[in-house]
Amino acid sequence: MEPVRQVTGRGVPLVRSDVDTDQIIPSDWLKRVERTGFGDGLFSEWRESSDFVLNQKRYEGARVLVAGSNFGTGSSREHAVWALQDYGFAAVISPRFGDIFRNNALKGGLVPVVLDEEIVVRLQDAVAEDQTIEIVIDVEARRVAVPALDIDEAFELDDFTHHRLLNGLDDIGLSLRFEPEIDAYEQRRPAWLPTTS
Amino acid sequence: MGQTLSEKVWERHVVHRGEGEPDLLYVDLHLVHEVTSPQAFDGLRMSGRTVRRPDLTLATADHNVPTTGLELGVTDPISRRQLEVLSRNCEEFGIRLYPMGDPGQGIVHIIAPEQGFTQPGMTIVCGDSHTSTHGAFGALAFGIGTSEVEHVLATQTLPQSRPGTMAVTIEGEIPRGVTAKDVVLSVIARIGTGGGSGSIIEYRGSAIRALSMESRMTICNMSIEAGAKAGMIAPDDTTFAYLDGRPFAPSGAAWEAAFADWQTLPTDADAAFDKEVVLDAAEIRPSVSWGTNPAQTTTIAGSVPEPDSFADPADREAARRALAYMGLQAGTPMREIPVDTVFIGSCTNSRIEDLRAAADVLRDRRVREGLRALVVPGSMRVKAQAEAEGLDRVFTGAGFEWREAGCSMCLAMNPDKLSPGERAASTSNRNFEGRQGKGGRTHLVSPAVAAATAVAGHLATPDDLDGA
Repeated sequence: MEPVRQVTGRGVPLVRSDVDTDQIIPSDWLKRVERTGFGDGLFSEWRESSDFVLNQKRYEGARVLVAGSNFGTGSSREHAVWALQDYGFAAVISPRFGDIFRNNALKGGLVPVVLDEEIVVRLQDAVAEDQTIEIVIDVEARRVAVPALDIDEAFELDDFTHHRLLNGLDDIGLSLRFEPEIDAYEQRRPAWLPTTS
Repeated sequence: MGQTLSEKVWERHVVHRGEGEPDLLYVDLHLVHEVTSPQAFDGLRMSGRTVRRPDLTLATADHNVPTTGLELGVTDPISRRQLEVLSRNCEEFGIRLYPMGDPGQGIVHIIAPEQGFTQPGMTIVCGDSHTSTHGAFGALAFGIGTSEVEHVLATQTLPQSRPGTMAVTIEGEIPRGVTAKDVVLSVIARIGTGGGSGSIIEYRGSAIRALSMESRMTICNMSIEAGAKAGMIAPDDTTFAYLDGRPFAPSGAAWEAAFADWQTLPTDADAAFDKEVVLDAAEIRPSVSWGTNPAQTTTIAGSVPEPDSFADPADREAARRALAYMGLQAGTPMREIPVDTVFIGSCTNSRIEDLRAAADVLRDRRVREGLRALVVPGSMRVKAQAEAEGLDRVFTGAGFEWREAGCSMCLAMNPDKLSPGERAASTSNRNFEGRQGKGGRTHLVSPAVAAATAVAGHLATPDDLDGA
């Protein structure tokens, strides 16, 4: 993963709650065995309607999705994260995320930012009104700033993930530092636990 | 202070704990299927890594497989390729695979319990959100993404931040005609799609204790629909009786050792949960979803709600959007909603007890003229068992199609799909827009309600048919 220190960009308002991963990337797209090329599938059913936000020229090039509460619920498909990134998003702001989606996002460097519902709604309204508004997500400082709206809020990111994002570290490599402990754990596992072989 | 079931299972799997870091947890069983694994295996190859414990890994082909005409193979070339890639990966890394057509094949969350792989106190993960199913045995089981699949393949561990604990306590007796599906839909309707967020739910109380293992699996299965990390039920005599004699369950002295251990797992009397929700079993009724998320559910005696009746503006907007998508009018009694298709299947409701419950309703009855009805058993073993009991003949005699095992119309990755505007009563777990096919409309129901609906042609309970 590439280091992620800061995301700066314009926002797209997605004014819906409970946007599940089936909407983000419909299951037809999950048959692919690659990690790339999912951008065309992003919200593909909603994009068939010409007035859907992503079809509006004024939001072109936006890098931050400003979504309703419970974004990314449902299926564990990481393809949802790949689709958002492939399309051009680098961060999603929402009052609440589906747990698995949030984990997946952090593995791939898509920054999930939780802000109070009231601030999210204000931000959605503002970016719908003025598409030049810039959102600055400072991963290093764990703060979101929208200077035009006088918003400057802290967001939560645990120290471990913070360190990993800033340095672009490989999770697997980090866990393998503890290989001797994994070996030792395996030695003390009860013998009656099942094996598949 | 004592510990909860989930805390006990968590603690015994900590490989490494460090200040400011998530715990590194050991994974006892890693379940793999074709959809969320190809990029993980590719990642291993690209970084020169291998599968640490193929002997703790189990794969099956389920999401893409056709459920009819298996002799023709997989006609969709993209699905076929994904299934071939799974076979190749399993061969390369030495992982046991139940491929299409194999007598052990089936939905990943059906086959592991039926073979006895799923046991109390284990940690189980899979690149599938319904992994919570296995929590019915007192295992800590949760869905993961593809990056995490790769992580588990390479290390047999996962870094995890400890979730909160939540008790969903259901006391009393569940009324006749009410099933596990109705119980879990009622829980989700009560706490919402985010109600379990950040928590492991433990289902407790006399109503839960009285349930069979298969019913418990239905309940734990849908924990994710309330946003929970996992759902668990403490192991008890019902659990032990289910496990005894299964091919991969311990036997002899190993059983004795395991049995002694399993009995230490239930939540201590003095343990505290971060949150608790209490439901009265006697108040639970047959339930059916009206909207496009599983919390948008009411009882079958209810009617489509008026969006303005919701206090929260986001809920009002979501209800309006759902009604438009579902093609429903507020105020319509649920029983008056006609359906085009009935699907009995999925990791929620495709076990033998589910098929028996549906078949009981269908004996000497016929599916409504013009209605499409299909049964997709959860596994080839469930299918064989049902056929041994003659259930297949009950279904086909009533006008249902009797299919091969797989995920099928639950997520429409194989040819079993709804068409735009087509309305289904489905025993699956998600009524999301387009979930069962683009433009398709889903009402989540129990197997008994699904069967009665197939006969009536509109949403109905078995009791409704008796008067007809």
